[in-house]
Amino acid sequence: MAAITEPQLGPNLREAAGRRRTKNRIATVLMVISFVLVLIPLVFVLITVIAKGIKIMSWQFLTSPIPPQVLPANVGGIGPAVLGTIEIVALATALAVPLGILGAIYLNEYGGKGFLARLIGFFSDVMTGVPSIVMGLFIFSIWVLHFGFSGLAGALALGCLMLPVVIRSTDEMLKLVPNPLREGSYALGATKARVTMTVVLPTAIGGIVSGALLAVARAAGETAPLLFTILTVTTANPNVFSGPNTSIPSQIFANATSPYPGAQDRAWGAALTLIVIAFVLMIAARIITARFTRFSR
Amino acid sequence: MSTVTQQAGPAIPAGSAHPLAQRRPLGDRTFQIVALACGLLVLVILVLIAFSTTQQALPWFQAEGWKVFTNNWDPATNKFGALAFIYGTAITAAIALIMAVPVSVGIALLLTEVVPYRVARPIVYVIDLLAVVPSVVWGLWGILVFAPWIGKIYSSVGSAVHGIPVLGALFGPPTSGASFMTAGIILAFMITPIVTSLSREVIATVPTIDKEGAYALGATRLEMIQGAVWPHSKGGITGAVLLGLGRAMGETIAVALVIGSSATITSHLFAPGDSMPAVIANQFGEASGVFRAALIGLGVLLFVFTIIINIIARTIVGGAQEQGSA
Repeated sequence: MAAITEPQLGPNLREAAGRRRTKNRIATVLMVISFVLVLIPLVFVLITVIAKGIKIMSWQFLTSPIPPQVLPANVGGIGPAVLGTIEIVALATALAVPLGILGAIYLNEYGGKGFLARLIGFFSDVMTGVPSIVMGLFIFSIWVLHFGFSGLAGALALGCLMLPVVIRSTDEMLKLVPNPLREGSYALGATKARVTMTVVLPTAIGGIVSGALLAVARAAGETAPLLFTILTVTTANPNVFSGPNTSIPSQIFANATSPYPGAQDRAWGAALTLIVIAFVLMIAARIITARFTRFSR
Repeated sequence: MSTVTQQAGPAIPAGSAHPLAQRRPLGDRTFQIVALACGLLVLVILVLIAFSTTQQALPWFQAEGWKVFTNNWDPATNKFGALAFIYGTAITAAIALIMAVPVSVGIALLLTEVVPYRVARPIVYVIDLLAVVPSVVWGLWGILVFAPWIGKIYSSVGSAVHGIPVLGALFGPPTSGASFMTAGIILAFMITPIVTSLSREVIATVPTIDKEGAYALGATRLEMIQGAVWPHSKGGITGAVLLGLGRAMGETIAVALVIGSSATITSHLFAPGDSMPAVIANQFGEASGVFRAALIGLGVLLFVFTIIINIIARTIVGGAQEQGSA
């Protein structure tokens, strides 16, 4: 704002007069208004979720079993959903992050500007645009129909969503690693794999981790890929590899259309949990980026 | 020392490679192959998505043929014409773009051309916050808070324009809090971050010398934007808008909660409707046989639409970025 309404000292020769100035001012005001327009829904959503979620939030809420929807808000919690989200997102991360980093290493260290690397890079971008529900249907078709519902199936669907995001963010970070670092290591006789593992990756690790955290934050909030892969039950399932499971977003979806106030309150509590998880991951990513930026630039 | 060099010297048989130019170790080659395999995984998954979902959807395409594009959805009598959902997806995405694009481009211009870096940074943080609010939270807020509130506005607007030719057809009754319009508005909130950040990247590639040239000729900031920024970045912004369109079309949970779940084709934007991803999410649980094939088939159509849009968009955005960096 300060830049827009600078105090005018004497005649300002640089600013145009009359209609042109008015139009310019109107354009600037419209730009500021567009930001305010975005701020309004964000503030409303956050205030609603925090105000309604904080009333029910407690350690007991996060760990208690999921009660039937008719029961009031002071009974039970979302314990199985918290457990399910941790299991499924952790497994999806364990699948997608190493594969994504290796894929990015191929793009940046081996493929270079070759046709195949450009093709893979292009389709990684395209893959980030595949709707999450399509990933759910895909895993349903190739996995759930043969092996049944499980946390693993959910993790595969989330992993498919995370993979291109991790590839792209890691690729961007590897591009920032200065070439003289690589050349110095080659000059000492190191192989390409060794240079990548001991010089390139450690240099870019801050950016890679923060990119991965943002991918995890996005995956943790996804519901659509889980609908047809984990089935959304209300009992806790500590075995991520077999049997139906549940997750925080799935429970919110199940409770959102419920007419019972208790179920709605639990949905708000779960929404607050989900938003806190996403924000914590996002802030962690920012801190890591800030701390490691001087090494990776 | 001298004995060592004397031994090493004749030890190389004539015609063979120098000892320093040895074969790459096995581990190094394995690493390259593993990395390549992970890169190829992206292409493999995309092909598998197309193949496996189409295979599951085949019974629908075989049963209905071209009738999949008719407006006739009634699972009770095994009628699965999906035009109403395609229509709903198009309408909600159009509403979202009409609202989100001017706002996003406005913010992108604000960030790149108006405010200094120290002001731009917190604004970017706020936009990022908007991006991390999960779809299901938008849906929960949309159905329990936003839809009941805006439903009252719809009904008063609806009764005001009732009977007026065009306005009545668009905004007249029947009205409902859960409607095409509500879904479109929520989608607009959700795609604003991506359209903003991509537009900002594109606008940032406008050469400084063009902008300074415009200012040197006495242009105001608006005239500079019209003369220097816009011609250079309109292609890239088109790509950003297309990516926003792809997101809006595929967005599932928020839309499933607020669109009203009614397979109807109507010009009334305040009336309940349904969209392709929303109907998949809402009806998949009770589906089997051709019904399930039809829902997976809707996913196939969605995949095809979004892939085409994304390929076009990425080609445009990629071209704009290369042009900027060259």
